[in-house]
Order: sequence, then structure tokens, then C-alpha cells
Amino acid sequence: MATYDPRSALKDLGDYLEGARSLDVMRSELIRGQLVVWTSRDRLLDLLTFLRDDPNSLFKQLVDVTCVDYPSRPERFEVVYNLLSLKHNLRLRVKVATDEDTAVPSAWSVFKSANWFEREVWDLYGVFFSDHPDLRRILTDYGFEGHPLRKDFPLTGYVEVRYDEDQKRVVYEPVKLVQEFRNFDFVSPWEGMLQQLPGDEKAEQPAPKAAGEGKA
Amino acid sequence: MGVSAATSSGAPSGAPLAPGAAQDAVLQRVTSELSDKGFVVAQMDKLAAWAQAGSLWPMTFGLACCAVEMMQTAASRYDLDRFGTVFRPSPRQSDVMIVAGTLCNKMAPALRKVYDQMAEPRWVISMGSCANGGGYYHYSYSVVRGCDRVVPVDIYVPGCPPTAEALLYGVLQLQKKIKRGAAIAR
Repeated sequence: MATYDPRSALKDLGDYLEGARSLDVMRSELIRGQLVVWTSRDRLLDLLTFLRDDPNSLFKQLVDVTCVDYPSRPERFEVVYNLLSLKHNLRLRVKVATDEDTAVPSAWSVFKSANWFEREVWDLYGVFFSDHPDLRRILTDYGFEGHPLRKDFPLTGYVEVRYDEDQKRVVYEPVKLVQEFRNFDFVSPWEGMLQQLPGDEKAEQPAPKAAGEGKA
Repeated sequence: MGVSAATSSGAPSGAPLAPGAAQDAVLQRVTSELSDKGFVVAQMDKLAAWAQAGSLWPMTFGLACCAVEMMQTAASRYDLDRFGTVFRPSPRQSDVMIVAGTLCNKMAPALRKVYDQMAEPRWVISMGSCANGGGYYHYSYSVVRGCDRVVPVDIYVPGCPPTAEALLYGVLQLQKKIKRGAAIAR
């Protein structure tokens, strides 16, 4: 076929990776037309280097590093690397599982863009990256405690700020909500509109007889 | 003592006269006094308030999407310049700070520092839901629940974000407030 099919290209790439890098790739799957590859922590850098340099992949851009928290799993975090190959016009997602205590090798030596992405993941999820050049917090407040995007972090946090007239500076205090937290548990019309929409019932009704005997 | 232009007209003191016959009469008297004697006598505090209200220089403090509406207010369609309101890049030159957007915990000490650097007399306009009371981020771990926890606020402009007209109305309300509460600290 002359037409370009990204699905078959990704499927070929997945098969190719499973064959050529069988040690690195634990599993690969095409999910909603997007190729996802699972690997292990100790094989991550080998796989990323291969993906960057191999002529069949050439994923030279690390677009994003992010993380997902699954509290029920024994290794609760899944670090996600989104890669882009301009040469082959393909995108690839590499996933690595880890927990609070185990470090993931920093991808900084392979992709320089990983520096701040990994700082962000460390800041918000508390995933530790080994051999990172500068693993500091990047987004949250100076002296912030905790990792706010973890599922067990309370939404309102632990501290709030106020200007203290006596001390002449902004002070931190434990959170005191003047208004109780309200949970707006509405079904979003974009996600779960299961009920019949107003007006839909008319489609089921037979046409009025006065209009004739034809089909509705 | 000379006759004060504002009080001798019979209007309630402090309130500006609406355009019309009464205003024309006062202006006529002031003009003739000026051409007659070469000077005119007015109340110092009202004169100062008039000058302050007519040259409100805001500190540019855009924090989020409200800042875009603030720019719109300053741009040609609504044109804050015609009220003598010109944005300044330095707190030392500013009279009013427009807190336009979400105030995060991390930004709060910086906002207070900028406010402290402004010269007296100074005013604060809180623009938008986030600055008024946290707004959409009221329950967030990182957002100040209202910028009045950090700086004293004179005018609250509601909206998310407020339209350029709403901010303009807020500026006009602040001008009114300055003229009404004119007092010279001694």
C-alpha cells in the first residue's frame, strides 16, 4: 500500500523492539493506536539509548516524562517517557514501574530534556532518580513538604499562608478552612451522560397518525 | 478667606457636580474669579484627592489569565490612559496594585514585598475570583484563599476573569473612593 498507516508502522516497531531488544522490553502493546512499551528499571537506559540511536527508531526527542500513581499496586508508581521520532513520524511511550524507595536511573545522560521533567516528577510524586545532576524541587513552594500529586496527599494540603502584622512577614499556618469542603459529584456530560437526553424519547415514538401512515 | 469654589455652590461637600446648569454656574464663577484676581482658592485635601484619583499609576502584577483582561483594559478599546492610569514596571512609581490572577503560596511573599515597596498613599485592586477568595482553586494546597490574606484590598472586582469593562468600573470606583475619603496625613 502506498498510503502511510501509522498503526501498522507502530505495530512493526513493536514487533521489531520485542525481537531486537527482548531483554529490555518486558511487554509492548498497541493501545488506542499508541504504542506502549514496558521495561524494567535496570534496562531503561539501554532501551532509551537504543531507541534514540537505532536507525529504525531514531526517537531523538524526549517530549515528556510524567508519572502515574496506582496506590493499590505493590510498585505504586509508573514513570512514563513520551518519545518522538521526527525521522519516522512516530511517537512511543515507555513505562517503568517503581515504588517510593526504589530509584529509577535518570534519563539525563541519554536525553538532556529529562533534567527538569525528572525534577517535576520528583517534586510532585516523590519518585527518586539516581545519578540525576540536580534533583531539587521545581514547582512547589520553598520548604514544601510532601508530594502533592500522590493519591494519598490531601487536596487542601497541610499549610496555608497569611501576612502577619506583628512579625511583618508572610507566615505559614496549619490549614483552617472557613468553608467546609464540598464534593461536587456531578456526572460530567463529557464522560458519563448515560440518561436519555431531553427530547430523545421523541425518536422512539411512532409518528402521529394525522401525518399519514408512512414510517416515522 | 476667599470663597471656596466647591462649598459655596450649595452642593453637598465632596460630591462632584454633574454636568448641567449648576456645574456651569460654578465653572463660570471660578473662571471669572481667576480672570479677576489671577488666582483661585480651593481646599487642599480635595485638590490632592483630585490629583491622586486622576493619575492612578498601577503596578503591573499580572499572575494568570486575568492579566490578559487587564492588558485589554489598558489597550486601545477601553484605554485606561484616558483616566490618567498608566502601567508602571516598578512599585516605587506606583499608586495602585492590580492583583490580576491566582496568588500562589510561593508568590505571596513576593507580592507582599512589592506592596511594601510602594509609596504611600497606595491602594490595591483585587481582580478576579482567584484573587478575591481563591476562586476555582479555593481548596488547593498551593493557592492563597484570597489576596486580602496578604495585602489590604480596597476594591474587589468579581468575575472569572472579569471583563475589561468590569476592571475599568473597578478603577472608576477606586477613583470615587479616593475622592470621597480625601484626607492628608499630618
